[in-house]
Amino acid sequence: MRILLVDDSSTMRRIQKNTLEKLGYTDITEAGDGAEAVAKVAAGGFDLVLMDWNMPNMTGIEALKKIKGDAAMKAVPVIMVTSESEKTKIIEAIQAGAANYIVKPFQSEVLQEKITAVLNK
Amino acid sequence: MAFIAVKAEHVNPFVTSTMETFSKMVGTEAKPGKISLKKNAVLNYDVSGIIGLSGGAKGVVSLCFPKASALRITNKFMGANHSDFNPETVDAIGELANIVAGNAKKGLTEFNIQISLPSVVMGANHQIMEPKDVLTFIVPFTTEFGEFHMCVSLKSGTP
Repeated sequence: MRILLVDDSSTMRRIQKNTLEKLGYTDITEAGDGAEAVAKVAAGGFDLVLMDWNMPNMTGIEALKKIKGDAAMKAVPVIMVTSESEKTKIIEAIQAGAANYIVKPFQSEVLQEKITAVLNK
Repeated sequence: MAFIAVKAEHVNPFVTSTMETFSKMVGTEAKPGKISLKKNAVLNYDVSGIIGLSGGAKGVVSLCFPKASALRITNKFMGANHSDFNPETVDAIGELANIVAGNAKKGLTEFNIQISLPSVVMGANHQIMEPKDVLTFIVPFTTEFGEFHMCVSLKSGTP
């Protein structure tokens, strides 16, 4: 299971990585913005992407739309992990193809539950 | 958008968000003190995470820490054990401010607020200065890892 963590905050990447490792997922790659994420997903091999929304260079929602708009990448599930908490943002992400949506602040159990739900689909 | 006067009650979503962020992500209780207007108070901090607010209300929200509190809180947040400021500590302060501001937006839907990427100011005994025509509210918080202030400066959009 290969997972891509996308967040401009090294803190958030560290927190999510710790949670994933507790779940037994150790093949984790990191990206610091949406553009880097799209390039890494395009290179292939990922089973799941955890994507922040507000990032420099390319936002998470822009990266999500690029991934879901590309035939070679669209099968990779993307979970948005973001402090954007309004319903309109959640709807926008789901309509763009997000597999799930996690609002910061979150407890690590919520992250675990949503990752497990997506990977077990 | 209709003009909405900024009041002290508009600070409440930031207070609730700070409590929720510390409870869920830092794993500690942040107890708010009394909200007050900053006016001409001179307050000094060692590190501050700052988020710009735009849209129907403009302003800034900041989390301002003395060094000891900042290190203890960010170490708990990250699961780290840093004894001095470093890039990870700085990032964690910015991310805490980002989460607090982002989560507070859901309680301020009438303003349709957008938030900036976080900035972090470092420097012993620095001050955060706000424009004179903006109301700035201060909320002191206490945690088991030390104290910090949350400051909210808000100005309604043009009527």
